Amino acid sequence: MSETIDIESEYVTRVEGHGNIVVNVADGDVETCEWNVVESPRFFESMLVDRDYTEAHHVTARICAICSISHTTASLKATEAALGIGLSAQDEHLRKLALYGETLQSHVLHLGYLALPDLVGKQSVLPLLDSHEEEVETVVRLHRLGNDLTEAIAGRSVHAQRHLPGGFSKLPEEDELDALRDRLESAWGDVEAVADLLLELSEELPEFERETEFISLTHPDEYAFYDGTLYSSDTGELDVSDYRDIVNEAVVEGSTAKFTAHNRDSYMVGALARFNNNAAQLGPMATAVADRFGLESVCHNPYLNNVAQLVEIAHLIEASITEIDALLAGGLDPQSEYHTPEVDVTAGSGIGAVEVPRGVLFHDYTYDEGGEITDANCVIPTNQNHANIQSDMEALVPTILDRSEDEIELTLEMLVRAYDPCISCSTHYLDVEFVGE
Amino acid sequence: MTDRPRVAFFDFTGCEGDQLQVVNLEERLFDLLEVVEVVSFREAMSEHSDDYEIAFIEGSVATAHDEKRLVRIRENADMVVALGSCAAFGGINAIRNDQDFETVKERVYGDDADMIEANSEARPIESVVEVDATIPGCPIDREEFVQVVTGLIRGVEPTLPNHPVCVECKLEENECAFHRDEICLGPVTRGGCGADCVGEGTHCWGCRGMVDTPSEDAYTAVLEAHGLDAEEIVEEYQLYWGWQRPQRATQGQAQ
Repeated sequence: MSETIDIESEYVTRVEGHGNIVVNVADGDVETCEWNVVESPRFFESMLVDRDYTEAHHVTARICAICSISHTTASLKATEAALGIGLSAQDEHLRKLALYGETLQSHVLHLGYLALPDLVGKQSVLPLLDSHEEEVETVVRLHRLGNDLTEAIAGRSVHAQRHLPGGFSKLPEEDELDALRDRLESAWGDVEAVADLLLELSEELPEFERETEFISLTHPDEYAFYDGTLYSSDTGELDVSDYRDIVNEAVVEGSTAKFTAHNRDSYMVGALARFNNNAAQLGPMATAVADRFGLESVCHNPYLNNVAQLVEIAHLIEASITEIDALLAGGLDPQSEYHTPEVDVTAGSGIGAVEVPRGVLFHDYTYDEGGEITDANCVIPTNQNHANIQSDMEALVPTILDRSEDEIELTLEMLVRAYDPCISCSTHYLDVEFVGE
Repeated sequence: MTDRPRVAFFDFTGCEGDQLQVVNLEERLFDLLEVVEVVSFREAMSEHSDDYEIAFIEGSVATAHDEKRLVRIRENADMVVALGSCAAFGGINAIRNDQDFETVKERVYGDDADMIEANSEARPIESVVEVDATIPGCPIDREEFVQVVTGLIRGVEPTLPNHPVCVECKLEENECAFHRDEICLGPVTRGGCGADCVGEGTHCWGCRGMVDTPSEDAYTAVLEAHGLDAEEIVEEYQLYWGWQRPQRATQGQAQ
């Protein structure tokens, strides 16, 4: 048993952005146990002020590349709500497809490239090229499928080119969608293969449970990503318009990211929160994947967010096929080249809430009568998880003090990585520091 | 340079989209690993070494800590490459350079603004260290990245095109955005992207940075036809040039 432990892991690796874990144990007492976000502040909410309604989604895509389509989508929804801009059913299907493609890409990247190495005792995916060549090829194929899906709709997988307030500047070709549908159909084998591997390794995921609150969107007709009302596992349905009171953002010393709390000291967002709140609406394949792992709602082990991501990978494939079928059922309605949706600019405020890879994302803008932003607020999923990561660490550390410092550090890093934090989002973070004496 | 150069990736203040574009090479990334050895890439691997020849830097410099870290990297590397527009010329981060910094902090952090440590401006890495090569773009183009890397390995001096995006737009036979009553930064933006955003149905946002000297290198014909000049478009419509634009003004005064 380690009587004295000093962990100071600066810049936790294999996460998007920068964060530090600091643990200090003296004579068996935990003196420090902190999760600090140390990303350089980005100041996007200020940079949005005075920007035109045609620019906001372009600027906010640059908050984070790995969920750039997500930020673009939330941004456009906020702008459209503020200015009263409608969206056709076809454009809504296309928005969903681009969002599903990005979430698929992001989940595969996290699970295959960032989390998997921990489970096989490696430092990165590179050694797996020798030890697990076929599995890595499978992961790459799924990753590319997500990217290609987004690219067909958005023009590019990183920083969309075609998304506009009220629609798209250019439509995909029908045969592109047909070809993607075929690839989605044939991706089941790849999902099964990844499930086989993860199942084989699942005993490496620590058994740790701590009851917490799960917050996500929920929708009466589908497993919510693009739209819905808010739902808390503690308090039930909530209004999106009350989001500021629900997230209660606060600045915490040591972190450039803001922390949040609703009904308890912390809450969790992301794949596991969505699964816990909306599992009954998953497609049959996704449900089958969940059953293989025995994943049931409500699950309180944050490490199983990795499994929830795999379940969502299956769901996103099913849901993307559904969207493509809806688009192709009557053929795509054509639009002019270089399409620019007509917009009547009026002053107003609007909120865009979207489920994105790491949880529920809010953009909230106020526009003046000239169509320029006077006030902007963005609440990022990763920020909503910071307080929950902190609470998990406080509960977990005292139970693992009998392990070596290296083991403790790995267990804590795996915890942070399980949340798939995207600290580039307006703030970055992840470093384990065992404080030196 | 050794046969299989040791390369490292570092992220500063940015969205990490340029490193993601490297990952998005998918299978080809593994081909690239045949010719370079990646010794540090925090976003994707826990291994780290300070023994590298080429350092790829993504993101702009926004804090005093960023500056110190960048100087250390420069000391370790034979060659420093600015990866993407934030590293190359400040990029979208530099929008805030035109805003009062106290106001910027207050808007985002309210009463806690004093807790936030950051420089008042977002700057490109060349404002701190010498840069050997630049791959602009938001995000970088995957093909351009592969070309630059293979060039560096073979000892080819990297060059950047200095023609405006308009030239490529004409080659692509796109309809001019100005003819569609849109403002487009193509006449004053450095080409090399194949006018991709215009091809996707919108206009050029200026993400590859200004041509070297807008007043001389701009595609002025299209601007004149629409009653604009290069100065006006640079001053009024830029998103990405919060660092570049005042630099250009300073240089102009020096001349």
